[in-house]
Amino acid sequence: MYLELIIFLTLLAFGYGFGRYAEKKHYRSIIAREKELNNIPAIATKHAPVSGQQHDSNLVMGSVVISIDYFKRFAASLRTLIGGRVTSYETLLDRARREAILRMKEDALSQGGDIIFNIKFETSSIFKGKKNTVGSVEVLAYGTALILKQGAH
Amino acid sequence: MMITNIEIVPGKQITKHLGLVQGSSVRAKHVGRDIMASLKNIFGGELKGYTELLQESREEAVSRMVSQAEAIGANAVLNVRFSTSSIAAGAAELFAYGTAVVLD
Repeated sequence: MYLELIIFLTLLAFGYGFGRYAEKKHYRSIIAREKELNNIPAIATKHAPVSGQQHDSNLVMGSVVISIDYFKRFAASLRTLIGGRVTSYETLLDRARREAILRMKEDALSQGGDIIFNIKFETSSIFKGKKNTVGSVEVLAYGTALILKQGAH
Repeated sequence: MMITNIEIVPGKQITKHLGLVQGSSVRAKHVGRDIMASLKNIFGGELKGYTELLQESREEAVSRMVSQAEAIGANAVLNVRFSTSSIAAGAAELFAYGTAVVLD
């Protein structure tokens, strides 16, 4: 009985410590890379904002699977009792979406693309823990990158 | 073979419409990755093994869709969409579909 409680509290503490650290580190890296990749606009409109005559187009995508820590999952399960905003999951999904967009942009950059349009998102929960709690989510972002044809200006 | 998620390709004409093509792949992860994942479920953070796994299976789904399109004589797949669903515990289905066309 006591042992179970100790294990639970240890997991909670580990989750809180490492989870917070991982999240802060991830946000720092996201913000830094977002600044770097700011020159590639990613837009959700259906049609290309520039005339596509001098461009080739290609499908680009980026995906990430990211997991919530033990502490936050516990906090979220408490939250479901009283209702309201579940901030633990909000930051998880925010991180996952921004990371997926960044990876998509990196994919576009590696192919020489300079703008991405018609972006679509796809989110799914991959791992179901005990009592069907969400363990980790996958976010996929995909779109069409315009790549300037060689020789064109 | 051109694969894109827009509906019209600038500068090109669709000469023939060949209908919907699709490809899917169901993958399960192995035990090693599972253990790593359950650890990450405590600490939080990215599950790199899963990201790779899903990427691979998505590529597989796309290549199946492409071979289906090739079989009916298309040279492009337009308006490609992806969808993911977890079927059983530990297995996910990756699904890709699009419209097969002939571009001039």
